[in-house]
Amino acid sequence: MPEPMGFFTDTTVCIGCKACEVACKEWNQLPAANGGVTTMSGDSYDNTRRLDGIHWRHVKFVEQFTPDRTDGRWLLMSDVCKHCVRAGCLEVCPTGAIIRTEFDTVVIQSDVCNGCRDCISACPFGVIGINPVSGAAQKCTLCYDRLQAGMQPACSQACPTASIQFGTVAHLKQTAAARVEQLHGRGERRAHLYGADDKMLGGLNAFYLLVDKPEVYGLPPDPQLPTRNLGRSSLWTVLGAAIVGLVGLFNFRGRRARVEAGREREAA
Amino acid sequence: MIPSTFFTAPPEWRWLIVSYFFIGGLAGGCFFLAALIDLFGRPEDRPIARLGYYVAFPAVVVSGILLILDLSVPTRFWHMLIESKTLQPMLKPYSPMSLGSWALLIFGGFSFLAFLAALTDAGRLRARWLARFRPPGIVGTLVALIGGTLGFFVAGYTGVLLAVTNRPIWADTPLLGLNFLISAASTSAALLLLLVPRRWWTLPGVHALRRFDVIVLVLELVAIVALVISLGPMARAWLNAWGALLLVGVVIVGILAPLALHVLDGPWRATGARGRSFRRDLATPIAAVLVLIGGFLFRVVIVLSAQGIHA
Repeated sequence: MPEPMGFFTDTTVCIGCKACEVACKEWNQLPAANGGVTTMSGDSYDNTRRLDGIHWRHVKFVEQFTPDRTDGRWLLMSDVCKHCVRAGCLEVCPTGAIIRTEFDTVVIQSDVCNGCRDCISACPFGVIGINPVSGAAQKCTLCYDRLQAGMQPACSQACPTASIQFGTVAHLKQTAAARVEQLHGRGERRAHLYGADDKMLGGLNAFYLLVDKPEVYGLPPDPQLPTRNLGRSSLWTVLGAAIVGLVGLFNFRGRRARVEAGREREAA
Repeated sequence: MIPSTFFTAPPEWRWLIVSYFFIGGLAGGCFFLAALIDLFGRPEDRPIARLGYYVAFPAVVVSGILLILDLSVPTRFWHMLIESKTLQPMLKPYSPMSLGSWALLIFGGFSFLAFLAALTDAGRLRARWLARFRPPGIVGTLVALIGGTLGFFVAGYTGVLLAVTNRPIWADTPLLGLNFLISAASTSAALLLLLVPRRWWTLPGVHALRRFDVIVLVLELVAIVALVISLGPMARAWLNAWGALLLVGVVIVGILAPLALHVLDGPWRATGARGRSFRRDLATPIAAVLVLIGGFLFRVVIVLSAQGIHA
């Protein structure tokens, strides 16, 4: 059994070249958006905007500038499926299309998925979308096919700055901790890891080094499993069923009940 | 701080799913009411129960069709029940959609049996043995008990399904299942009242249906208030056209107006027993139509209002 594999994305060295996006699209044969017609976001160099069924890597551009634009910085982050150790999509999937692989990654089998879209609403990160070609819900597979052949994922291989690093999760965590220490030592006190420890959904096998709050990067500050609501919600529904059931029972209780009550009275 | 649910993507469940939530609720609710009348009601009310079974089976068939059409790959609908690679049964008890698929299938089976029995009782089918699938009798009692329970499940699980996501509103309250269940009960009673022929209006069961609808509408009002309170700060997501639709379409048109009509008509007396008047003849059907409209709009608000929210 291979070790758990994942990505460590160091956002501080991302230069926004989008080589990862292109490599991902090429390897996974993902179609162009909008039938190939170029659509500009109009307010950013980021025209991909979000992860979905045909964008499994997305270089997010965060442009932080003062109103007069004399000072500012770019935050760039190559976003991807987090391959959660406790994955919400995998929990709710009713077809068994979503599986956990031998590499501890989460993969949607596009030939099993029937496109119910439950996983799209279950994912705490909004990673999954329908691929219009297959009709299936799709997302990053951490290049499952390449991993099985002993290769590394297309995106990490294409990344020219080692912003995307691929390896065993244990090794990546060491690398990431050392990098945070290095940045802290150089005065970048805001550097912190997102999803590297097991407190967040049991750990994200694709985790990040950020230098601002997660929200700034479009990441949820406190991602949760969808099944957290299952018990409470079911309990209230059962209570509702009991109340409606009793109201119905007392309303429709007819002669049969009254005859029985009469018999009891006679017996007494 | 922006809520974490704002960073998720909408599943694009739209009109097909809204319609399924409504029609599936009617299927479950009508079967439940029919089973209740069959099991505990008076023998002269059995024709009303028959109507319930007439509604439940076609409604569950339409439900299945709506769900299949909503899939992005409809030909793979059976993957919900059978794992397509191993051909083993596919069931995840902690996934509401998985459990719901099975419940709908089995409920469909029971509602079909009761449907056949109802047709036989009405003299439209000749095979007398089919009548066994309705109470009294052990087989019929089992069909009514199990089918009624599954009907309740079908009516309520959809709210739990929405809660077991990470979407704003849906995942922010535990009360959607309870609300859908109560609404299924009120809309089903309303539909049966609408379908009951006028010559049956003197039946005690019709009287009971009206009383049931009034009580359940009051419960529904309480449940919707509780739902809004349980949303907490997220209720602000309804300070727009959706909130207006909830207030006007669901609460005023769908609950308060029919309640007023029922009260005007004297909810505790049998309709049309004596002294029939224009008001008396129309109050109950109009109230029933309003309840059905309100129940549909409730699902419209719940399902569609959560789709567009993002950070």
